Amino acid sequence: MSTKAPSSDLKKLEAELLRDIAGAGDLACLEAVRVAALGKKGRVSEQMAKLGGMAPEERKAFGQEVNEVKGCVSEALEARKNALEGEALTARLGSERADVTLPVRLGPVGDGRIHPVSQVFDECVEIFADMGFAVAEGPDIETDDLNFTKLNIPDEHPARQEHDTFYFRPKADGSRLLLRTHTSPVQIRTMEVQKPPIRIIAPGRVYRCDSDQTHTPMFHQIEALVIDESTHFGHLKWVLEEFCKAFFEVDEVKMRFRASHFPFTEPSAEVDIGAEAIGKPGEWLEILGCGMVHPNVLANCGLDPERYQGFAFGVGLDRMAMLKYGIPDLRAFFSADLRWLRHYGFSVLDVPTLAGGLSS
Amino acid sequence: MKFTLSWLKDHLDTKASLDEIAAKLSAIGLEVESIEDPAAKLGAFTIARVLEAKPHPNADRLKVVQVETAKGKSPVEVVCGAPNAKAGMVGVFAPLGTFVPGTGITLEKRPVRGVVSNGMLVSERELELSDEHEGIIELAPEMSDHVGERYIDVMGLADPVIEVGLTPNRPDCTGVRGIARDLAAAGMGKLKPERKIGKVEGTYDCPIPIKLEFTKETADACPVFAGRYVRGVKNGPSPAWMQNRLRAVGLRPINALVDVTNYISQDRGRPLHVYDADKLQGTVHARLGKPGETFLGLDGKDYEVDDTMCVIADDNGPLGFGGVIGGEDTGSTDETTNVLIECAYFDPLRTAATGRKTGLVTDARYRFERGVDPASVEPGLDLATDMIVTLTGGQPSKAKVAGRAPVKKRVIGFDFDRVAKLTGLKLKDTEIKGILERLGCTLEAKGKTVKVTVPTWRPDVHGSADLVEEVVRIAGLDRVPSTPLPRTFGIARAVLTERQRRARRARRMLGARGLVEAITWSFVRRSDAQLFGGGADALELDNPISSEMSSMRPSLLPGLLTAVQRNRNRGFADAALFELGQAYRGDSPEDQYLAASGVRSGTAKLMGSGRHWDGAAGEVDVFDVKADVFAVIAALGLDPNKAQITRDAPAWFHPGRSGTLRLGPKVVLAHFGEFHPETLRTLDVAPPAVGFEIFLDALPPEKRKSRAKAPLDAADLLPVRRDFAFVLDRSVAAGDVMRAAAGADRALIQDVSVFDVFAGGSLAEEGKKSLAIEVTLQPTVETLTDNDIDAVAQKVIAAVKKATGGEIRS
Repeated sequence: MSTKAPSSDLKKLEAELLRDIAGAGDLACLEAVRVAALGKKGRVSEQMAKLGGMAPEERKAFGQEVNEVKGCVSEALEARKNALEGEALTARLGSERADVTLPVRLGPVGDGRIHPVSQVFDECVEIFADMGFAVAEGPDIETDDLNFTKLNIPDEHPARQEHDTFYFRPKADGSRLLLRTHTSPVQIRTMEVQKPPIRIIAPGRVYRCDSDQTHTPMFHQIEALVIDESTHFGHLKWVLEEFCKAFFEVDEVKMRFRASHFPFTEPSAEVDIGAEAIGKPGEWLEILGCGMVHPNVLANCGLDPERYQGFAFGVGLDRMAMLKYGIPDLRAFFSADLRWLRHYGFSVLDVPTLAGGLSS
Repeated sequence: MKFTLSWLKDHLDTKASLDEIAAKLSAIGLEVESIEDPAAKLGAFTIARVLEAKPHPNADRLKVVQVETAKGKSPVEVVCGAPNAKAGMVGVFAPLGTFVPGTGITLEKRPVRGVVSNGMLVSERELELSDEHEGIIELAPEMSDHVGERYIDVMGLADPVIEVGLTPNRPDCTGVRGIARDLAAAGMGKLKPERKIGKVEGTYDCPIPIKLEFTKETADACPVFAGRYVRGVKNGPSPAWMQNRLRAVGLRPINALVDVTNYISQDRGRPLHVYDADKLQGTVHARLGKPGETFLGLDGKDYEVDDTMCVIADDNGPLGFGGVIGGEDTGSTDETTNVLIECAYFDPLRTAATGRKTGLVTDARYRFERGVDPASVEPGLDLATDMIVTLTGGQPSKAKVAGRAPVKKRVIGFDFDRVAKLTGLKLKDTEIKGILERLGCTLEAKGKTVKVTVPTWRPDVHGSADLVEEVVRIAGLDRVPSTPLPRTFGIARAVLTERQRRARRARRMLGARGLVEAITWSFVRRSDAQLFGGGADALELDNPISSEMSSMRPSLLPGLLTAVQRNRNRGFADAALFELGQAYRGDSPEDQYLAASGVRSGTAKLMGSGRHWDGAAGEVDVFDVKADVFAVIAALGLDPNKAQITRDAPAWFHPGRSGTLRLGPKVVLAHFGEFHPETLRTLDVAPPAVGFEIFLDALPPEKRKSRAKAPLDAADLLPVRRDFAFVLDRSVAAGDVMRAAAGADRALIQDVSVFDVFAGGSLAEEGKKSLAIEVTLQPTVETLTDNDIDAVAQKVIAAVKKATGGEIRS
């Protein structure tokens, strides 16, 4: 028996099978080819079955050849299977298409807003907390004594007339409560219960019986008070300079201190800032009133004015928000107009921090 | 307070420019409110002479005039419509290109009925000097010497007018001299010495008796009244320089007598009054008014008098309010020949009160209510006498003074070190001394402290802090060195209280749930307040801005609801608004509470509103706001599932679709629900609208002891889930079913959730519903066998049946 014949037969078989594999157009055809080749009765299996009837030497040589054919066919089957699967996936994906231009809902975090006054208050808290100021609070409905008298504004003082106070109806004993006209009563409330050293800010609503283009009957102030044995006007200047730089997020703010008069401070000043801080060079903007706490106010709170001293100032929060964020109309702050709130309001993610910047 | 630059220079010897003076005024507390320079407005107008006036060829009422506008130049042809234009008259000329303030027109070369006018002769109204427009300005013939010169220079009108806003503590600066003194103290020149007054004390006694008629208690109303009679005056217009100055500061010249008093008031801050002595009856006296008395004021109005007001009266009754306004009947006129000059002191408080009651805002009140220098009574009388005699002639009497001026010597012991201690500004003693002396203080050294005597015109200076203020004000606040405030801690500590932290967190959480933060008024319409349980008398403003803002709000909800409706009216029906702020249960501080409240309307649901291709948002319902409440409560560190929900939300909510979240019977954490249709109808709000109110003060304080979190308890064994469906009476609360199921085996049951509620079909007819729950069992020791699970399932079924009567659905 010649050994050549089987060899050439096997080559022929291999070539035929490889042609069949390459010609299989889909996975089902390929499976049929596989069964026809490697199945129990497949053509390669048939050749394997011949091995049993062979002489040992012939078996070895033939076995090796048949195994090679089997390996080659198996490899080709696998490769073809991968290729066909890939084609099938590509075809399927080609038919699967979403219109990615369809609009999506952003979810509630995108819809919600924080009011500019709240945001600016959080910014102020961040700045003053760094300088060791706590946040004090007081009621809106105040007594005449705390809103005026203890602040060195006695009855009939002309300053009382300038305050446009909202009063409640007189009580049976003739006394009348009022809506606080400034946050300064919180100074008194604080000094009456807390021994110096004191460093507080007091934010809140204040009320003036006044309503026109630039005034609303309710607005917001933030009051600051420092009382100890050594804080002087120079410290006040520094605190205000630092505050303005931090608040407006600029390296330099031009400031002008003009002597003024408030019954509860002495010396008193009004403070202007150079409007270049908000991008309007050449103008001065009045932003706050301040001064050293009047000795009478200290004495009214049971503090010895010979020993204790310190400063106070009050800033309009709404006004600061208007200046910093370019908001034109104070009245709109309280109109709850969704268009305004969505435009000027802040994302809940804009949490002011000193490290990350007050506004992002 | 207004004055002109030249008026200031009567008192201040200075080389400083107008800008320097203005900057210094503002720096030292005399805030410049405006500077008006007439040259800017009227500088182009010149003196001109009409050489020839001929009728206009094409118009009856117009004339063609030849005007000499400058010496030696050829005349200019001008068309003029004024009836008084005639050859030889001297007037005021505006060349082409001039902006005429009274008409708002810039002159252009154009023909008027065929004749080109090369300029204009102007009237007083065209220069905004007066309303006079009958004819063009006609100046005295001798003014022809000034042809070609600027009109304002020739007439003394070129004086810049400065207005300062005075703080109420500075009566001394209600006079030009006081302002000059401050400027001089601040280095802007030297205060000129007082004007020399000629001999004014007459030889005869004042023929009109003057009396003060007060009780001891009310004597301070008018403690001193000085008068002097001047016989034989000849009244008439005051001189032009005086009229110009008065006009410049906004005062109308009347006649020489009145003008002198106004002038001194403005010049010295010393109000005076001049009576026509022949119209006075008997004794002139200062006293309190008597109810029922009236008088005719100088402003032509009748005034009623009461017994709190200080009046000046004669034997016929009140003539005027002391320190506020004089009377028409006894005022001076051109015919007046004998006068009584009044120079008195009126109490600031009483003057202010009278002014407020009558609504009178006068120059006298402005000064007396601030506190006129009590030492200026006799000098003021002398100055007025001198000026009156100079301008109108006459023979003055001796002065008659009733009472005594309340001049109190105020001496303050002053340690110069106070300046540095209080302000951080270190000044040499000589500078401090110089400033105080230039302000009028006298200093007497006594060891380390200096005795400072305060001038009588500074009633606002009482103690050493006032002196420090004076020193740094004048030295300049800009010289105070900015000094870092020492840090309390190396690294800043947290400063917010628990309540403040909660408010912050609640605000951010509500924003994160898509609600938009609004700030609404603290006061609402009373009927709205009543609708939400408020509207008590005690919370009603006496002087509200309007009836819509009269009651302190009992809740944030009425403000939010009306805001929602306003937005709806603007085309935004789907609104989700919240507010975090205060509301009021009463008028004491503890009645004020902090609430976080919100309203959702239309389809403003959590994931968005309105129609959407991926599913339209439905109408808002009670569960949207329940979720808001739960989210906030959870964010504040309290498990809302551990609180109870009761069905007793206030009446402004829908009785069946609302709830109250509480901790036990007393502590109410929140209300939530659909609003009652009546509430919405009354507020004119369109349904659907749901809302909530969270009471931040009601939350119990946090009990966290350590920052460390509890260890994670994650079981290794797989959880097992079993579903149960119960048929229940419709009234059974899902919460009761869940609680019963959860309680069936506390060790194994980790979670109970509701995944279906169905009340349709045949169940509806029977008044039943089906509720399906998923129970999660979490084994901890070993995997559960089927028997174990069946045993728990039976316990769940039994517990639910026991608690609610529900049957397991087969």
